[in-house]
Amino acid sequence: MKVVLTAILFLVLQGCASHNLTVYEQLGGRSKVTEIVDNFITQIEYDEVMFAYFEDSNITRFKEKMVEHICVITGGGCTYSGDSMERVHTGMNIPERDFNHAVDLLIAAMNDAQVPHRLQNKVLATMAPSRSEIIYR
Amino acid sequence: MKIKDLRLLLWGVAMTLGVSPAVDAADGKLIATAGLIQVEGSGGGGIVPWATLAGYDTQEQTSASAGVTQVNLRDYRLTTYAAAVSFYDRIEVGVAQQRFDLKSLGGEIKQDIFSAKYRVYGDVIYTSLPQISVGVQHKRLKDEAIANLLGASDTTGTDFFVAATKVHLGAIAGYNAIWNVTARATKANEMGLLGFGGADNDDYELMLEASVGMLLSRNIAVGMEYRTKPDNLGLGESHWRDYFISYIPTKQFNVTLAWADLGKIAGAPEQRGLYVSLSGQLW
Repeated sequence: MKVVLTAILFLVLQGCASHNLTVYEQLGGRSKVTEIVDNFITQIEYDEVMFAYFEDSNITRFKEKMVEHICVITGGGCTYSGDSMERVHTGMNIPERDFNHAVDLLIAAMNDAQVPHRLQNKVLATMAPSRSEIIYR
Repeated sequence: MKIKDLRLLLWGVAMTLGVSPAVDAADGKLIATAGLIQVEGSGGGGIVPWATLAGYDTQEQTSASAGVTQVNLRDYRLTTYAAAVSFYDRIEVGVAQQRFDLKSLGGEIKQDIFSAKYRVYGDVIYTSLPQISVGVQHKRLKDEAIANLLGASDTTGTDFFVAATKVHLGAIAGYNAIWNVTARATKANEMGLLGFGGADNDDYELMLEASVGMLLSRNIAVGMEYRTKPDNLGLGESHWRDYFISYIPTKQFNVTLAWADLGKIAGAPEQRGLYVSLSGQLW
């Protein structure tokens, strides 16, 4: 019990040490975010379910806006010039299953970009609140 | 381990491994965020039922899971065979049979459990408040002699519980954390294996149960659980605890090892031992 609590305390304190850096900075800034988004797009291209959502999309624009979006929510201080999450996804009627599948692909994209597990979780935490603006719209 | 138990255990493994690569398996949740099957057959941790359902189904999917759990203690050995079906990440229905082998005294106590759970609110990851479910476990003792001998009032009983479970992404230095709190109204003695109610108390009592855990990777979770229990028979029934590690290589299969401390059971103290659980998703 004591060992477990000590371990948790140690991890929390260790976590605090990196709190001065934003998640964006911990990732390594724009180049790493771009790499993740590139990998994500590759994942989508090879995925039947996801590709269907992107058939009529301008991939260049999608990439640019997604890099911006991740920059903003991870504290990178960019300005997001795209439409709101709600507006982008309205009319798609994305079910929970496909949303979670997209998260699986994003995790795969971060794995391919060698983003460490703990940092991946921090990225996911920044995105989680927008789920309600995305599904069933 | 007796030959019969081994055969059943192998059957469980074969079921989970062999049937699992089903084409349209429910896979809608993130790995390691569905419940395991707890010792009474509900989706949960090891000894505590959670708000999460047993399968990886989302609102569009159904799923079926099966598992086998064995806890080997000094004087007893508990084996649970369980199966659960989840519908649309909303309702879970389960059946389980517990076999409580009285290693020291000789003999076996069997109990059947029929359970249901309804997700009332939330998503374990995505809503800011925890996922909340209510559930029932209806228990029927098949071997009543020992319960009667110890003065239990009844050999069937029903537990009612409400559970709240939440995953916090990246909460502990970047590791995902999970907690669960369950409140259970029960009359059961040792989960019902020693009957329901007794000389010291014959009313429903509210018991608190809790689990905390941490996901060390997408596939490994560690944590601990605590479960308070009534003492209706006046035998000094203990609260339970366990420390667990779960390996969840795929959404179709998981294995959990735990150190369980179940205290005093039917007067025999220091019942501790290894908890092993295998479960898998059939679709």
